[in-house]
Amino acid sequence: MATTKADAGPKPGVVAALVDAQRRGEVTATALVERSIAAARATQTLNAWTHLAADKALARAADIDRRRSRGEKLGPLAGVPVGVKDQIVTRGIPTTAGSRILEGWVPPYDATVIRRLEAADAIVLGKLNQDELAMGSSSESSAVGPVRNPWDPARVPGGSSGGSAAAVAAGVCPVSLGTDTGGSIRQPASFCGLVGLKPTYGRVSRHGAVAFASSLDQIGPLGRTVADVAAVFEVIAGHDPQDATSLTAPVPAMDDLGEAVAGLRVGVPGEYFASGLDPFVRAAVDGAIALLGANGAEVVPVELPHTRYAVATYYLVATAEASSNLSRLDGVRYGHRTVSSVKDIGELYARSRAEGFGPEVKRRILLGTFALSHGYYDAYYKKAQQVRTLIRRDFEQAFERCDVIVGPTSPVTAFGLGERLGDPLQMYLMDIYTIPSSLAGNTSVSVPCGFDPEGMPIGLQIIGPPLGEGRILRVAGQLERLLPADERKPRVYAEGC
Amino acid sequence: MARADWEAVIGLEIHVQLATATKLFSAAPVSFGDEPNENIDPVTLGLPGALPVVNARAVELAVRLGLAMGCEIDRASRFARKHYFYPDLPKGYQISQFEEPICRGGVVVCDVDGVEKRFRLTRIHLEEDAGKNVHEGGRSLVDLNRAGTALCEVVGEPELRSPADAVAYMKELHQIVVALGVCDGNMEQGNFRCDANVSVRRRGETRLGTRTEIKNVNSFRFVGRALEYEIDRQIALVESGGAVVQETRGWDDEKGVTRSQRGKEDAQDYRYFPDPDLMELTLDEAFVERVRSELPELPRARRDRFVRDFGLTPYDADVLTQSAARAAYFEAVATATGDGKTAANWVINEVLGALNKAGLDVESSPVSAAALADLLGLLGKGTLSSKMAKDCFLAMYQDGVAPAAWVAKNGGQITDTGAIEAVVREVLDKNPEQVQELLSGKDKVLGFFVGQIMKATRGKANPQQVNEILAREVESRR
Repeated sequence: MATTKADAGPKPGVVAALVDAQRRGEVTATALVERSIAAARATQTLNAWTHLAADKALARAADIDRRRSRGEKLGPLAGVPVGVKDQIVTRGIPTTAGSRILEGWVPPYDATVIRRLEAADAIVLGKLNQDELAMGSSSESSAVGPVRNPWDPARVPGGSSGGSAAAVAAGVCPVSLGTDTGGSIRQPASFCGLVGLKPTYGRVSRHGAVAFASSLDQIGPLGRTVADVAAVFEVIAGHDPQDATSLTAPVPAMDDLGEAVAGLRVGVPGEYFASGLDPFVRAAVDGAIALLGANGAEVVPVELPHTRYAVATYYLVATAEASSNLSRLDGVRYGHRTVSSVKDIGELYARSRAEGFGPEVKRRILLGTFALSHGYYDAYYKKAQQVRTLIRRDFEQAFERCDVIVGPTSPVTAFGLGERLGDPLQMYLMDIYTIPSSLAGNTSVSVPCGFDPEGMPIGLQIIGPPLGEGRILRVAGQLERLLPADERKPRVYAEGC
Repeated sequence: MARADWEAVIGLEIHVQLATATKLFSAAPVSFGDEPNENIDPVTLGLPGALPVVNARAVELAVRLGLAMGCEIDRASRFARKHYFYPDLPKGYQISQFEEPICRGGVVVCDVDGVEKRFRLTRIHLEEDAGKNVHEGGRSLVDLNRAGTALCEVVGEPELRSPADAVAYMKELHQIVVALGVCDGNMEQGNFRCDANVSVRRRGETRLGTRTEIKNVNSFRFVGRALEYEIDRQIALVESGGAVVQETRGWDDEKGVTRSQRGKEDAQDYRYFPDPDLMELTLDEAFVERVRSELPELPRARRDRFVRDFGLTPYDADVLTQSAARAAYFEAVATATGDGKTAANWVINEVLGALNKAGLDVESSPVSAAALADLLGLLGKGTLSSKMAKDCFLAMYQDGVAPAAWVAKNGGQITDTGAIEAVVREVLDKNPEQVQELLSGKDKVLGFFVGQIMKATRGKANPQQVNEILAREVESRR
């Protein structure tokens, strides 16, 4: 019976298993890192990594093993190899955000999340490929080529955190960090059969995340289980004085992931089941909702009436902020500078940027520059901010009637490489379900809820109110248990960690 | 047409560098004269991922300045990004305030040629400074030490009508920011500098003429000269049938001319928008009230108080309120002696006079306020004559002698009537002819007798008593 299953607690996490195995002396951190490196090399066809920091990772692993042998107390992620999206700044490890404009840049500082991971004794394995500067939904716009989906290498892994999803799904490392501006963690998690959490805006420090859209960007974890994602979230979340938009609220311990869903009100927005939704995705999502209902959750219809304005709003706010944030990538102090001879500083900027940015980034810089231009600001950027307030209000009102909102993460499953590159607008519209909660600043998680007939994973999105990470992860943890066990493995898979 | 037929309309934007130890949005130190690119960090460099966090001290200094200028302090203000590409601007945008500045309104009250004038402010806002481009040997280099330094931009209404107005306004503001401790006031280092907007129109005309902006003027004299030049240039241009072009101009002090730097056609669209990295800047009532309660007395209020309470002339009061140290020194002496006018004379003529010769000010005075008060006490009691007091002061200033010790060594003034009478009679007895001349109306001889008497007392006889007794004794011999 389903309830007995729920009582058994959440699916055991890979991270906890690796930490315990080291504690029991069954394996060393060095061995784990070696396994991960071997797995990364064995799955090279995925093009998931922009830089594998093998030597650094091995040195850290040796240090952790040494400290363990001396009987020192180690952090909660001791010896766990973690992949980091290239969008996140790592001291001494090249950081390019998948763009030629940052080629050769080796940062002199660490992002706050990296400091926190390392304080917890996790090991940064390397940097993960992505859409250029986090702009895209397929990880095809990277300067070093597209990432492939481990479930079917002819398909995209989703984006922009495609490498973060592919590496974890392919068994290279148990968890990774991605960034999510309009769905860039959740959608690849959905496409690759993973759990991916976008924390509440301000919950995780943005200090050291290469800025795409400052009012939307959040760093979050991807993993194979809810427990793994929760374990990383606990470590990276919490106030950071180096980020003025960081929230001061304490981060509760994620130790009740097995709690039953009985009595929980699950809101289902009609707007998320409109035309364009793949019927197999719909069936899997409906099934998951029914399962929650059968296990005591109260399923209630809710309305999010401004959903249809979300994509347009997002592409004004995000591009406007991006056009500003990317101004600093000018070829003067770091990154790509044109080698052709230029007549003045203006031409130096123009050439360096023309050579450094790919077409999708240029498209968004132009859109954003236009939206902020004199005479257009009120009609575009300001209006978009007003609509954003309405979208936020939609959620506030919906959360008066329910505890979480559920729906599909993406209207489709992973599509073929190159299949949608010709039509940017269609690509943008694919983020229809993930964008609204980004605009509202609340938290959401994508959790696997089945496969389509072609064997491609389907994700269910669970949206919570601001600071509701504990609540949505609890629901995700329950669903993980309630769904029928499926031991399928991706086609490209290596026994890493 | 003469210059008198024209009127200038001037508005100043003054950049006041705030006296903070670190930058407006990062912990990088603020320091002048270091090797290039020493005072930088990821935020100053505009590295990817670096985020600004506002410096609370800078906010406090901006509020202090706003309160002192009588501005409305906005309890919620916002930072905005101002975009343009330039190598000394690492992020490609400057973080400033645009639609929602921290202070609105306010006024600068100053004297122009002895007439008190009030010039209104539009606003005061916080912003970060840019770095510096250095061109040498065919290369261009960038020094970001100054980048990110906290500034307050004080924007005045275009109410100034002459270069004299502008200079007085700028001087007054300078004195205020230094008195407040908001800025060190160092103009050579560019810590207090101004952009001047100026246009001309025929008297009686109410519409504004086309303005030019003279950028980055960092001395009072330059502002005066640059405006004089620019006003003449614009008048001559219009009178000869030309038209003023809206543009940015720079002042070349060596040549004494302004030069076009950037025309309106190069005017940028700064694409201002609220900086999403920074939350709304909110100030609570208790904070604003605390800053208000800690405001020091401003130079002008102090000047008025010195005139009112100590009976000083406006000129003397002005001299004594040029710095907080001068005012404190004077006030200590005046309060101790109870005689403000004498204290003012001595502080200005003797103390500042002596210090000035050495290029020093009151902070370096070897004579403390207490010692000067002792000296003036002896003068007031008649123990010392003015002449003796000046000699005593010299000994105090040069050798650190205490007034009491000086009197013990040199003796005090002779004020004993009997003793003075004895000397007077003796001198009169010795010079009967001169007595007769005096009695016959030759007043000049009086000086001769005073000289003789002072000589006989080695200058120590009280001059006033000498005059009185001498007059009486001469009369008695008629």
